[in-house]
Amino acid sequence: MLTLTLRRLLIAIPTLIIISLVIFLLLEAAPGDPLGEVPLTVPPEVKEKMRLALGLDSAWYVRYGLWMKQFFWVEPVHLWDALFGTHFGEGMQRVISFQSRQPVMQIIAERLPQTLTVVGLAYLVGVLIALPIGILSAYRQYSWFDNLGTFISMIGFSVPTFFTGVVLIIVFAVKLQWFPSVYDTTLQVTDWASFKMQMRQMVMPVTVLALYNAAQISRFMRASMLDNLGQDYVRTARAKGLTEKVVVLIHVLRNSLIPVVTVIALGVPTIFGGAIITEQVFKVNGLGQQLILSIHANDMPMVMTLTFIFAILIVLFNLVADLLYGILDPRIRYD
Amino acid sequence: MTDTSSTPVKIRPPRSQWWDVWDQFKTHKGALVGLSIFVLILLAIIVGPFLWDMAPTFVDLRARNKSFSMAHPLGTDQLGRDVLARMMAGGKVSISVGLTAMMLSIMLGTTIGVLAGYFRRLEGPLMRLTDLFLALPLLPLLLLMVTLFREPLSKSFGPEGGIFLLIVCAIGATSWMQTARIVRGEVLGLKEREFVLAARSIGTPARRMILRHVLPNVLSPIMVSATLGIASAIITESALSFLGLGFPPDFPTWGRLLFDAVDQMQLYPWRVILPGVAISLTVLSVNYIGDGLRDALDPRIRGR
Repeated sequence: MLTLTLRRLLIAIPTLIIISLVIFLLLEAAPGDPLGEVPLTVPPEVKEKMRLALGLDSAWYVRYGLWMKQFFWVEPVHLWDALFGTHFGEGMQRVISFQSRQPVMQIIAERLPQTLTVVGLAYLVGVLIALPIGILSAYRQYSWFDNLGTFISMIGFSVPTFFTGVVLIIVFAVKLQWFPSVYDTTLQVTDWASFKMQMRQMVMPVTVLALYNAAQISRFMRASMLDNLGQDYVRTARAKGLTEKVVVLIHVLRNSLIPVVTVIALGVPTIFGGAIITEQVFKVNGLGQQLILSIHANDMPMVMTLTFIFAILIVLFNLVADLLYGILDPRIRYD
Repeated sequence: MTDTSSTPVKIRPPRSQWWDVWDQFKTHKGALVGLSIFVLILLAIIVGPFLWDMAPTFVDLRARNKSFSMAHPLGTDQLGRDVLARMMAGGKVSISVGLTAMMLSIMLGTTIGVLAGYFRRLEGPLMRLTDLFLALPLLPLLLLMVTLFREPLSKSFGPEGGIFLLIVCAIGATSWMQTARIVRGEVLGLKEREFVLAARSIGTPARRMILRHVLPNVLSPIMVSATLGIASAIITESALSFLGLGFPPDFPTWGRLLFDAVDQMQLYPWRVILPGVAISLTVLSVNYIGDGLRDALDPRIRGR
């Protein structure tokens, strides 16, 4: 198990470095000018100075190296400072956003909670819906429940999230006026009333994302249960006289969950991708919305950092899925 | 089966495996319904503009925001453009983006999959490349690519052609990985079979091995992933348009129509719902076709 972990970690590091290089070179090859928004009345020599101040005059590999140093060394040092009140990071240049002149990580830290509450809750709800549906559909294969489940999950991953979101807004925010259509991120949860308000505004974005996730996970759960229900050990368990509940919910379920758990782990980063769209629909000012704003504004450090964080999440959860598989299923140890 | 039962002495005419596949496909109700809906949508998009020959870009400021009527069956938008004409024009772009991007991604995926499966020396590097692409944050990268390369490409290929090329290439380049993995797996299995050994023993060169023996045998998984690829390409294109990073404003696609209508969805919800339903119906029918194809092309299920 230890060698497996080490080997996976060793593969993850070059992968991340190559990905960061790919993103950086893509940004580099692009013709967009971060000073494109500067008014034309600004004289060229001032513009040149601004360019120098942004560090745009040096070669790309110098800036790439600088970014790597800032991301992997300076930012963790600042995080340490913020957590423990030390002052190691003073005087070190952090990754600064071109657009707002604030440290990129500070903006991300401000926006992360919104994304995490909406996305995280949606994923949790999706999983909690999906597992029972998958179990029941597999146990009663080809029953009306199974057919209905198949149909709904087909709709779930065919209808794009931006359309479900918009339909929910039209029905529940415009016609019925049950929920607010815009997510108010300035809302502070201080008492019961504001907590209720927060819950109400989270209902629609969470529903959209949860439905989308539940559609996929319930299919995996169903397929995995079906694989296991036909196995010999199930027949043996029944022959021993165990109750149906024990057979299905303990023997079969535990074995069927192994692939599903890894699928759930693999799905976590893709959720952040889906959240980009959902955040746009409900005007949640989370990370996805920031990414789109920064892309429009040619804010290279911000785009680079955000995209790379998404990449880290993907690699990390791939690793988690691999290791989970190794832990849960002793037959699969790659060493 | 029924035609032979009446005259049992008649020898069955020779039929290719595609008739068997079609017979099996027909038993899948969802796939059949999906196929007919998809054909209907295609017909509406291809034949529709000849029957309803109003220009989708014709601006009639006196007839803005009209509801459903004889003159405009699906109403008009905020500039008085006919929504029906725009829906048909938008569908043409959305579906052609879907088809072209799918073809590109299938070509890439098949090439890489076959090469990785057939040549042992290429397997390591190509599969590492596939893993690397799978680890990329695709939606952010797509957004980046589309924004950053919009200007130069529209300059060299014209605003519409440039964006079309860009979006198709971007989607194709980021969606080939699953196909490559599936094809590689199939090729690895095929390589161990006797007929491949026989073909190799008579000195068939690698190029002809691949074209004559390997490719025809991996056609079924490729076809299934091609069908599913159309669906995901259509969704990706409309998501890009929805984020305002797709086609230019005066160039309708379904995603773009939806995006343009979102600002006024309180007043005119139909304008949001129509393109949304069009996207969802197309994707749903294509997914069902893919589902049916997967069953029909699997010889273990066929004939049951």
